[in-house]
Amino acid sequence: MTEKHTIIIKVSNHVGVLAKISGKLAQRGYNIESTIAAPTEDPDIYKISVVVKEDQKGIQQITKQLNKMVDTIKVTDISHKNNYVVREYLIIKVSVNNKNRSDVLELMDVFKAKALDIDSDYIMMELSGKARKIDRAIKLFKSSSSGIDEYVRSGEFAMSELIEQN
Amino acid sequence: MKGSEIIIDGLKRENVDRVFGIPGGAVIPFFDTLYSSKGINFLLARHEQGAAHAADGYARTTGKVGVCVVTSGPGATNTVTGLATAKMDSVPIIVISGQVSTGDIGTDAFQETDFSGLSRSVCKHNYLVKNVAELPKIISEAFYIAQSGRPGPVTIDIPKDVQQAELEDYKYPEKVQVRGYEPVLEGNVKQIKKIPEAIQEAEKPVLFTGGGIVAADAEKEIRNFVEKTKIPTVTTLMGMGTLPTDHTQFLGMPGMHGTVAANYALTECDLLITIGARFDDRVTGPPETFATDAKVIHIDIDPAEIGKIIDTDIPVVGDAKNILTKLNSMIENREPNSWNKQTEKWKEDNPLTYDQENEKEILGQYVVDKLNDYAKDAIVATDVGQHQMWAAQYYNFQNSGNILTSGGLGTMGFGLPAAIGAAYSGTDKPVINICGDGGFQMTMQELTTCAINDIPVKTVILNNAYLGMVRQWQELFFDKRYAQTSLRSDEYCEIDNEEAHIPDHYIPDFVKVAEACGVKGLRATKPEEVEEVIKEGMEYDGPVVMEFFTKTEENVMPMVPSGKPINEIIKGD
Repeated sequence: MTEKHTIIIKVSNHVGVLAKISGKLAQRGYNIESTIAAPTEDPDIYKISVVVKEDQKGIQQITKQLNKMVDTIKVTDISHKNNYVVREYLIIKVSVNNKNRSDVLELMDVFKAKALDIDSDYIMMELSGKARKIDRAIKLFKSSSSGIDEYVRSGEFAMSELIEQN
Repeated sequence: MKGSEIIIDGLKRENVDRVFGIPGGAVIPFFDTLYSSKGINFLLARHEQGAAHAADGYARTTGKVGVCVVTSGPGATNTVTGLATAKMDSVPIIVISGQVSTGDIGTDAFQETDFSGLSRSVCKHNYLVKNVAELPKIISEAFYIAQSGRPGPVTIDIPKDVQQAELEDYKYPEKVQVRGYEPVLEGNVKQIKKIPEAIQEAEKPVLFTGGGIVAADAEKEIRNFVEKTKIPTVTTLMGMGTLPTDHTQFLGMPGMHGTVAANYALTECDLLITIGARFDDRVTGPPETFATDAKVIHIDIDPAEIGKIIDTDIPVVGDAKNILTKLNSMIENREPNSWNKQTEKWKEDNPLTYDQENEKEILGQYVVDKLNDYAKDAIVATDVGQHQMWAAQYYNFQNSGNILTSGGLGTMGFGLPAAIGAAYSGTDKPVINICGDGGFQMTMQELTTCAINDIPVKTVILNNAYLGMVRQWQELFFDKRYAQTSLRSDEYCEIDNEEAHIPDHYIPDFVKVAEACGVKGLRATKPEEVEEVIKEGMEYDGPVVMEFFTKTEENVMPMVPSGKPINEIIKGD
């Protein structure tokens, strides 16, 4: 059974490391659903989150292959761990008219979305939450507005609730 | 100290005394420094692919890291096949490549390629050195990474200006530590303890060993293990010689061109003890049909190999030598049982055979077999194809690490340069390169390297005028449609399969090629000439090419058709 997994990879921060990680997954035939990469509090460490959809055997190979790379410091599959805060960030621009503007504003209130730009015919906003919440927000904004012009999602990223020991 | 001096000092500190390669524009500063330094012998190849394979052959023979130095752009790209070959067979080599100066990187400068990008997927690790201050650390790390854990190739791309730059306070790192990189070597004792129990419970155990035994230098330990347990043993192509081929418990090589006994034993065993082998598809056939009744023990240094192809009951991650030492102290002697008898009967009933007596043309199998009489315990390099399988089947390997063959990548043209690397290591064993007429033409320019440097490689060409293994598949599975596999079929070079002869127009004439390169050339066209040619070639003091005109449409048997379970083996004529 294939399932979405969010995998956090801590790597040494140097040129080309993101290409190495994504290249390794491509080389073994695995498809990345989303990825997000950024430096961390330690300038030598770079943190990459990838979301992949695979069965158990595939996930096992992915984590093993990533672990094997010399640049890799730690690989964690957080999908079945509950001591992680997982979030995704969304910026979305929806078309509105005089009839549905108040519906959209109401929905924004429910999702705790923050308006970034508003004009007579559109609203641009940001919101964050778990991937499921983002999915639902997109669906509901679509049905309550005159349509979605554009949106961009960050992909999932996460942080452990525990103090990590390196 | 200059960058180029740091490289050479680093090589010396890592005990490198032999280096292979070819100079070029972006690596002149390195060669300029090498010119006036002592202690490193440089073997100038004729093509960078040859240099990379030679470094590989050197590494396989000595267990040390093979080093290859080339220039940027085409010099570097020519080593890619060598890197991929080394990666697939877990061989520690380091390719040091020149690169355009740091300021020119990314501008499509003359002879620029993104070599660290290109080599990434065929290497264990790679480096681009952007600052001379990083150079000492990178060189020491590269050597550590190449040979620790599961060995593999590493590239170091060094821009020309970095080679020329001065570093004021040069210090070579005493100790290497790479954050997050800690190969597991010891093996979990709790897991190892389960193995003697499993052996005791098993009625039909099989030991399945591979190249990991060679990499771990665990020949003595594995032989002790077999002496104590008397477990029937099969060995992959990469591990040939782990047990001597005439050992009672040795059943042969398993898989597509393996022995009947090895394949039957793997199929019927109830305990499979796998050490340093990775369940390659050429060995297993469809994984769901492989050793279906067996409890599987998998000992490997690479955790990613465990469970990759075959589900494992008792995984042990670590170095084979360490684990076998512990295991040998735990196991008790096991008496051969009816299963041993069964496997021995399979072996007896299904020997590897060929019939030269009733054949007027030379058989490749016969040539390999005859080599046993004139070159015992030699280092045998091969190319890839029919001759490679015949070498594995008929040469009596006595020690592990004596076969140099591209098992994983299947690189034609590997044999001659790998043999050069082996012979250049200073080994006192004879070094033979067994190849075909197809593969030999891919790297035969290295004959010149042999002649100029007096490297006594004995090349045996089994010339059947075809890309033989592909032709065999075309014969068996593609209705004998020999599309582009005949190497002599132009309007002047028709093949007459009925008669053994040298055609009037025969291209290339390998004896002339050898002589043109300064190497002795010998030829046998009839079976009765074979022995004489081998004798003369092996006794000659220097490099030799021995060409044998072999039967054109001879097949490697036994054979398991692709996609079939390995017990559905076609035994042959």
